[in-house]
Amino acid sequence: MKARVTVTLKSGILDPQGKAIEGALRSLGLVGVSSVRQGKVFDIEIDGGDRATAEALLKQAADKLLANTVIENYKVDVLG
Amino acid sequence: MKAAVLVFPGINRERDMARTLRLISGRDPALVWHAEKELPAGTDLVVIPGGFSYGDYLRCGAIAARSPIMDAVRAYAGKGGLVLGVCNGFQILCEAGLLPGVLMRNENLRFICRDVYLRVERSDTPFTRGYNAGQVVRVPVAHGEGNYIADGETIARLEGEGRVLFRYCSPDGMIDPNWNHNGAINAIAGILNEHGNVLGMMPHPENHVEAAIGPTDGRGLFAGLAEALERAA
Repeated sequence: MKARVTVTLKSGILDPQGKAIEGALRSLGLVGVSSVRQGKVFDIEIDGGDRATAEALLKQAADKLLANTVIENYKVDVLG
Repeated sequence: MKAAVLVFPGINRERDMARTLRLISGRDPALVWHAEKELPAGTDLVVIPGGFSYGDYLRCGAIAARSPIMDAVRAYAGKGGLVLGVCNGFQILCEAGLLPGVLMRNENLRFICRDVYLRVERSDTPFTRGYNAGQVVRVPVAHGEGNYIADGETIARLEGEGRVLFRYCSPDGMIDPNWNHNGAINAIAGILNEHGNVLGMMPHPENHVEAAIGPTDGRGLFAGLAEALERAA
């Protein structure tokens, strides 16, 4: 089973890396970019199990390690 | 002093730390590998040194914080044992939940490697008894992620309970954005946990302890710790 966990910075948390990328996009002449926030994507394969079990497992993975919930949100997608 | 210095893959300041502990206390610390499940018997100070554990993969300190030895450190700290985390050690303590908050990328996006001035906010702790409250000390920093933040409620608690032990300041002790090198909230350079036995700080006091190298302002922290432990013994 394939799944994806997406980790993003909570709103209000300063993201200097996103800001630098935003500046670089502007300097490339890409007009219309008003803001960039950088996050992380984890593509994970899970052995067997059903969807609900996989979701619960990934939630645990995100809470325990993949995200720092002080500053980050996460989203779990089981892709099947 | 029976110190244990934790060693994770990618840590590179453990020998500086061990050298300083030996210099101040006259006793070699134990170097404890991250895969160990227990601290040496009789350990009375755990030090998590600086470096780049696991190459800063995922988030600084995130993977080290979940290693087997950290369960032992958590249990030891729960019983009131003294823990000092420096630089990456501070990041690891935050990731391990032993200290609140997070160390974010420096505000100016640069790796900062230079001497800084710190104001010691309190002298009535085992970590700062070798200093006077309000004293300014000069110690080095070397980090890319030292910009401390936490939610407003946590910051209010840290400040209200006097748990900010070190702040970045000007040479004459003023809190000034120009001297807050990494952009940390309230110029926070080091904080205590709620029981006062776990300290995390970004600067490296262990690197300023010998006159041959330069300033010796870092000695006070280790000498104070040694004295506190002697008294407790």
